[in-house]
Amino acid sequence: MTQLVWNGLFVGSFYALVALGYSMVYGIIKLLNFAHGDLYMLGAFSGFAVLSALGGVSAAMTLPVLMAVLLLTMVSTGLAGVVLERVAYRPLRGAPRLSLLITAVGASFAIEYGMRAATGPDPRVYPVRLSGTSIEVFGARLTLQQLALIGVALVLMVGLNLLVTRTREGRAMRAIALDPRTSALMGIDVNAVISRTFFLGSALAGAAGVMAGAYYGKIDFLMGFLIGLKAFTAAVIGGIGNIPGTMLGGLVLGLLESFGTYWLGGEWRDVFAFGVLILFLTVRPTGLLGERVTERV
Amino acid sequence: MLEISGLDVHYDGVHALRGLSLTVGQGEIVALLGNNGAGKTTTMSATSGLVRPSGGKVLFEGEDITGLAAHKITSRGLVHCPEGRRIFSTLSVHDNLLLGGYLVRDQAEIKRRIDHVYGLLPRLAERRAQQGGTLSGGEQQMLAIGRAMVTGPRLLLLDEPSMGLAPLVVAQVMELIADINASGTAVLLVEQNASAALKIAHRGYVLENGVGTLSGTGEELRSDPRVVEAYLGGS
Repeated sequence: MTQLVWNGLFVGSFYALVALGYSMVYGIIKLLNFAHGDLYMLGAFSGFAVLSALGGVSAAMTLPVLMAVLLLTMVSTGLAGVVLERVAYRPLRGAPRLSLLITAVGASFAIEYGMRAATGPDPRVYPVRLSGTSIEVFGARLTLQQLALIGVALVLMVGLNLLVTRTREGRAMRAIALDPRTSALMGIDVNAVISRTFFLGSALAGAAGVMAGAYYGKIDFLMGFLIGLKAFTAAVIGGIGNIPGTMLGGLVLGLLESFGTYWLGGEWRDVFAFGVLILFLTVRPTGLLGERVTERV
Repeated sequence: MLEISGLDVHYDGVHALRGLSLTVGQGEIVALLGNNGAGKTTTMSATSGLVRPSGGKVLFEGEDITGLAAHKITSRGLVHCPEGRRIFSTLSVHDNLLLGGYLVRDQAEIKRRIDHVYGLLPRLAERRAQQGGTLSGGEQQMLAIGRAMVTGPRLLLLDEPSMGLAPLVVAQVMELIADINASGTAVLLVEQNASAALKIAHRGYVLENGVGTLSGTGEELRSDPRVVEAYLGGS
C-alpha cells in the first residue's frame, strides 16, 4: 500500500512538473501547447547528450552529477521553449485560437520528427539509472535518488509558486493572463514576460524529462506525446491555469495511476488516466481548485 | 507637452482618424468631446501606443513617440487609463496598485505613492485585500485612476471615467481629476458627459467623424451654441 503511494507520488511529481508548464502557458496566452510534451522529450535527450559526453558516471557521483545535468538541461530546454514561442506562436498573437492550436500540433510533430531525423528512430538507453541501495520508508522500498528527485521536484514547484504569487514578475504574469493590453499600459513588456513564462515552463518540463530518463532508463523521440496528454489531464484535474491546482492535479493523477494499475493491471493504466480526464471535463471542468470568480460589471 | 499633428488611423478599412491635431500644455486639463464612434478612444489608443497610427506625428515633451510600443510610452510618463476601467478583476486592490508601480524600482517610492492613493481614496484602503472585480463601478473607476497615479504620470490620458456612474459619483471622479491636475499632472480627458468635463477642463476639442471640428477654452465651448445643441442637451 505505502509502496503504491510512493510510486504514485514519484510519477505524479513529474507529471506535475510537466503540467505546470502546460498550465502557465495556457494561463498567460490561452494556448494549449501541444508541443509541451516534446519539450520534455528534448529535455530527456539534452540530458542524455550531456551524460554521454561525460562518458558514464561513477555510482558514488550519481546524485551531484545528475543535479548538474538537471540544471544544464533546464537552461537548454527553457531556451528551446523561448525559440518555439518566438517562431511558432508569437506571429499568431491575435489570430483565432484554432489557428494557434493547429500550429501547436504542427510544432509538436516538427520537434518529434526533427529529433527522429537527428538521432534516428531507435530508443536510447539512459546512461544513468536510479538504482543504488534502497531504503525502507514507512514500509515501502525506495532509493535515495528517488527521494532526492521528489525533493527537487517539490523545491521547483514551491519556488515557482512563490515566484508567481510573491514577485513583481509573477504579478506581471498574472496581469497578462487577465488582460494583456492593459498590462502593456502598466509599462509591462508583454512579449518579454511571455518569453520568460515559456522559459520557466519549458525548463520544468526539461527537468522532468531528465528525471523520467533516469527513472525509466529508456528514451525515444515519441516519449513526449503521451506525457503531454497526461500533463494536460493533470492540469484539467487540478484546474488549468491555476498553479497550486496543477501541482495537486499531477500528484493526484500519479496516485490514481498507481492504484489503478494495481487494481486493474498495467495495461489499463492509460485508460484509467484518460477516463478520469473525461470524468473531470464532464463533471467539474474547472478542476479541483479552479474557482469561478464573482464579478460585478 | 503633447503635440498631435495630422494623426491618421485605419482599422481594417475604416478610416477612424483623419488628420487630427491637438495639443496639451503643461499643467492643463484638455477635454476631448464627441459622440460614439467619433474617434475619441482611437485618439487615446494611438497616443499611448495601443494602436499604430498610419500617418501623422505624436510628440511628447518634444520627442517623437509615434508608433512606439505601449510599455515604452508608459515608461516616459505618459500614462493611459483606458475606457471601461480595465481593473485586473481577480487580483486584489493592492495588487492592482502595485501593478501601476510596475516600472518603479524603488520599493519605498512605490509604498509612498500607494499610501498617497489610499490617503486620497480611503474606500480603496478599506478594500485593499478584496478582488478588484468585486468593487462597485465607482470604486473600480477610482482604483483605475489610483493605479495610473502610482505609475507617476506627467500626462494622464483618461478615457470616459464617468461611464456608467451615478451623477454623484461622477462629481467625485471629476473632483479627483481636478485634484490630480492641481498637483501638476496634465490631463487629456475623453468624455461623453460634456457638461461634467467642461466644468474642470481648461480647454477642449470637439471631434466628429475622425476630425476636430471645434476647439476653445472650457468657457467658450460651454457657451458655444453648436456644443450646447449637440452635447449639452440643448436649452
